[in-house]
Amino acid sequence: MKTVYDETETNRAIEGIVDRIAGEFPSAEPINIVGIRTRGETLADRIAAKLAGRGYGQIGRGILDITLYRDDLSEIGPGPLVRPTQMNIVVDGVPMVLVDDVLFTGRTVRAALNALADFGRPRIIRLAVLADRGGRELPIHADYVGADLGQLPAHEKVCVKFTENDGVDGMTVEPRHSP
Amino acid sequence: MTPHMTPSAVAAGSNIDGTARMKWTRKHLLSIEELSVDEINFILDTALSFKEVSTRSVKKVPALRGKVVVNAFFEDSTRTRMSFALAAQRLSADVLEFTEKGSSVSKGETLIDTARNIEAMGIDVMVVRHAAAGAAELLARTCKCSIINAGDGAHEHPTQGLLDAYTIRERFGKVEGLKVAIVGDIVNSRVARSNLWAMKKLGAEVILVGPSTLVGKAFESLGATVVHDFDSIIGEVDVINMLRVQNERIKSSQFPTVREFTRMYGLTWDRFQRCKKDVFIMHPGPMNRGIEIQSDIADGPQSGILQQVANGLAVRMAVLFLVTQVSGEETRRREDAK
Repeated sequence: MKTVYDETETNRAIEGIVDRIAGEFPSAEPINIVGIRTRGETLADRIAAKLAGRGYGQIGRGILDITLYRDDLSEIGPGPLVRPTQMNIVVDGVPMVLVDDVLFTGRTVRAALNALADFGRPRIIRLAVLADRGGRELPIHADYVGADLGQLPAHEKVCVKFTENDGVDGMTVEPRHSP
Repeated sequence: MTPHMTPSAVAAGSNIDGTARMKWTRKHLLSIEELSVDEINFILDTALSFKEVSTRSVKKVPALRGKVVVNAFFEDSTRTRMSFALAAQRLSADVLEFTEKGSSVSKGETLIDTARNIEAMGIDVMVVRHAAAGAAELLARTCKCSIINAGDGAHEHPTQGLLDAYTIRERFGKVEGLKVAIVGDIVNSRVARSNLWAMKKLGAEVILVGPSTLVGKAFESLGATVVHDFDSIIGEVDVINMLRVQNERIKSSQFPTVREFTRMYGLTWDRFQRCKKDVFIMHPGPMNRGIEIQSDIADGPQSGILQQVANGLAVRMAVLFLVTQVSGEETRRREDAK
C-alpha cells in the first residue's frame, strides 16, 4: 500500500473540483449535486458544503445506488446490499454534477446515467471525480478531476478514504484482491 | 455474518450495519423457517430500496432484463399472483402466467413434468403456489431454475411473512419486543406459520388465538403462546393479524358456526375499543368483512391492510432480485469449470 495523496493534498483536490464548478455555474442559480453510493455520496457532501460556503443557496442533493443498472450484474454474483436511491429533487432543466470517488472503467458512470434518465432531463450533466486512474472501457470522461493518477495497472486499486467513513482523508494505491 | 444488530440501526427501522457485511447466497426462497435472522433482515433492507423504485415516475429498473419469471399457480390467487407479476415487470423481467385450469395438468400431467416442461423453455425463476405442502421444495430439488414458494398447502407462504414483518417494522421501527397476536384458523394457515417464524426470529412475542380445534397446544413447541380466549389478551398486544376465515373449511367439524366465530374471535368494534391505542391491525386478504373483521376497522387509520399490499410488491421485487443474482453466480461457476 502506498499513499498517493495525503490529507492536505486530498482536500486541495476537492477544493480544486469546487473551484471548477464555481467557475462554470453561478451561485444564484439552482444546481444539483448527486453522489453515487457509497464514496461518491461522501464526496458529494463535501462539495455541496463547500459550495454552500461560497454562497450557493439552491443546492439540490441526491444519492444514486446504481446496482440495479449495472451491466455486469450476472457476472459479479451475490451482491452487497442494494440501498435506496434518494432523488427527491427537481431534475428537469437544472444542471447536475454527478459525483464519484474514482473513475476507472466508466461502467459505474454509464449505469448512473441510465438511472438518471429515469428521473428526468437535467439541463446539463457534469462528472466530478476525486481520482482518475485510467483504464476506461467506455467513451466516458470526467469534467472535474481532483487527482489525475495517469494509467494505473489493472491489478492496482485506488482507495479513497474520508474522515466521515475512515477517520482520515487520503488516497492510497493497493493491490486488487482477487475475488 | 453478524449475529446482532446495533441498537441505533434498530431504532432506524433497519439493520443496515448488520446486513451490509453479509452476502445473499440462496438460489431459492422456500420457507422462512430455513432463513437466518440476518437473511430476513437482508431481504427487508433490500425491499426498502425497492420501495423507492415504486415512488418514481418511471417505476422500472433494468436489473432483471432478459430474465424470464413464470408464475406457476396450481391454486387460485389474485393478490400474490399480481404482486409477483408486477414485481417482475418492475425489474424488467419477462413474465409468463401459468394456471392449472385449462392446462395440461387437467390432462393428468404430474407437477414435476409440468415444471420441467415449463423450465425447458428457458426460464430463470418459477414462482410456485400449490395445494400440497412441500411442492416448492420438491421442485427446487428437480429444477435448475430458482424456485420461490408462493404458498404450499398449510406449510408456508414466505413472502407474506416477510411483507408482514416489513410492514410492522415500517410502523413501529422494529419488530423486536412487540406482542403480536395471530387470530383465527391457525392450523390450516400457511400465512400463520410463515408469520410465526418471521416474528419469532425477529424477536417478537407471538400469541396464537383461536378455538382449540383450529389452534392446538402443539403450537407452543414452536415458541408461541396459545390462547383460546381472544378477550383475555386484547388489551396487551401491539399487532393483531386477523387471518381469513377460509370459507371452504367452514363446514368442517373443526369450525364453529360463522356467527359463533365472529362472536368469539372476530375483531368487532367492541373488542377494538379495548385494544391498545396504537394497535396495528393486519389482514393478509382476501377479507370477509363482518366475519373476522369489522368493515370500519379494516378501513380505519389503525389498519395496515393496504400498506401490506404495497409492501408486498417491494418485498417480492427484493426476493426476485436476490435469488436471480445467485443463479447467475452458479451459472458462471459452471462455465468457469468448463
